[in-house]
Amino acid sequence: MLLWFGVIYLGSLFALLANAFFRLDDFTGQVVREVGFSNFVALLEPANLDSARRTIVMAIAVTLACTVLAFPLAYYMARHARGAQKAALYIAVMLPLWSSYLVRLYAWKLLLAKEGAISWLAQQLHAQWLLDLLLSTPAIGGPSLSFSTLGTFIVFVYMWLPFMVLPIMAAIERIPSSTLEASADLGARPAQTFRSVILPLALPGVAAGSIFTFSLTLGDFIIPQVIGDSTLYIGQIVYRQQGVAGNIPFAAAFSLVPIVVIGVYLWLAKRKGAFDAL
Amino acid sequence: MRSNWLRWCAWAVVLFLHIPLALIVLYAFSAEDKSYVFPPPALTTQWFAVAWEREDVWAAIKLSFQVAACSTAVALVLGTLAAAALARASFFGRDVISLLLILPIALPGIITGIALRSGLHTLEIPFSFWTIVIGHATFCVVVVFNNAVARLRRLNPNLIEASMDLGADGFQTVRYIILPQMGSALLAGALLAFALSFDEVIVTTFTAGQQTTLPLWMLQELIRPRQRPVTNVVAVVIIALTFIPILVAYLLTRADEPGHR
Repeated sequence: MLLWFGVIYLGSLFALLANAFFRLDDFTGQVVREVGFSNFVALLEPANLDSARRTIVMAIAVTLACTVLAFPLAYYMARHARGAQKAALYIAVMLPLWSSYLVRLYAWKLLLAKEGAISWLAQQLHAQWLLDLLLSTPAIGGPSLSFSTLGTFIVFVYMWLPFMVLPIMAAIERIPSSTLEASADLGARPAQTFRSVILPLALPGVAAGSIFTFSLTLGDFIIPQVIGDSTLYIGQIVYRQQGVAGNIPFAAAFSLVPIVVIGVYLWLAKRKGAFDAL
Repeated sequence: MRSNWLRWCAWAVVLFLHIPLALIVLYAFSAEDKSYVFPPPALTTQWFAVAWEREDVWAAIKLSFQVAACSTAVALVLGTLAAAALARASFFGRDVISLLLILPIALPGIITGIALRSGLHTLEIPFSFWTIVIGHATFCVVVVFNNAVARLRRLNPNLIEASMDLGADGFQTVRYIILPQMGSALLAGALLAFALSFDEVIVTTFTAGQQTTLPLWMLQELIRPRQRPVTNVVAVVIIALTFIPILVAYLLTRADEPGHR
């Protein structure tokens, strides 16, 4: 039974890791099974380092934005919503979580298109100048929202938001209300209670959610391909290297970057007790 | 005052999550077929008829159904067994195995995909229908496992002991005591696994050969839009097909969810 995982999954994973040390023969296009570090040296080329850095920055930004958006909703669901309203909210978060990734991505293609709903809304609100201003900002702009880094960022946040809401909600639900009352009785203002009681206790939930937002952003190659400018993210490079170029060793070496980053992240999260909130 | 403000924030985030989906439904009726212009100039139902006639869409839907059914079946067996092994017993390596079980969803899909691809390549297994199933089963197992474990932990151990005391053998206990109580959780896990497999795209791109599942069809349209109206209709169909199992699964396991304990 566990052989399924043992053999197929782990076996494949190790085959991948082993591949990272092989190299592609430039002449024949065949994989040469000699142990070496040429792929890791190639990783340090500026273009590759640059896209690794960009992907990690994006993952951090997406994680932070998801936390900020998820917190009020999660808090409201855990502390204020009751009965039918709570069930409705729960379903409202669950449905996008489980429903089709591609369809939701497609929806954003519609929304962000130059002639799409967001441009229309901006015109109706006479805020076209604001949109133009955002799009002309160097690092995040582009010809239209669907071809800008800003667009990629919005879609990432949208896609992974439910993964953040649910663990935070679970963590906040676990805080006994007597703790909050005690904090208020001892003279803490609501803001103080929030900062020194709720936030630290909700942190495992944030950590658990951020595992998803972080790792999903690092590995995704479809969103930046459909929405965004032509800069490459880690996922896209891995995908192209193994697909078009057939360079599995290099793709394997590059996919070690997210594995290592996530490994470190998981280890940190475990120390914060994130797994209890999953 | 404060709770009012919070309520607005909460519902705003919910709107953010759902407006794109509503928009898809609107676009399926749009009469405009060349661009994504908003608001749609006129509404029509003709694209549903056009999509209905498309052979390639039907073939993709059929393939996705078969893949999802097979990988759900595999996941159901393996996930239940894994849950049974891990729920109560504590043995050497238990934590390792439970960490192993969440790996396929904690690691990005591209890594699972590329790992499986190079694994299959090394073993010289040609890509086929069954390699897609293997790929999907790895993460479907996790879903079934999670649901089964949540339910197993809530089972009353006394019932199992009573059954054994009354002379039932292990098989009978499983058949008459454990399985009936597990039923709805397993069904829910299976439905979620089905929904997940039905629209999985990342692992599929790595493990499929010439086959085109529905998500792969959709991905082609996303990268090179050819027939926008048909894509819009297919998107609505996918929403409908995945929402139903998710809602049913939710209703079946409501009691297992943290908020209702």
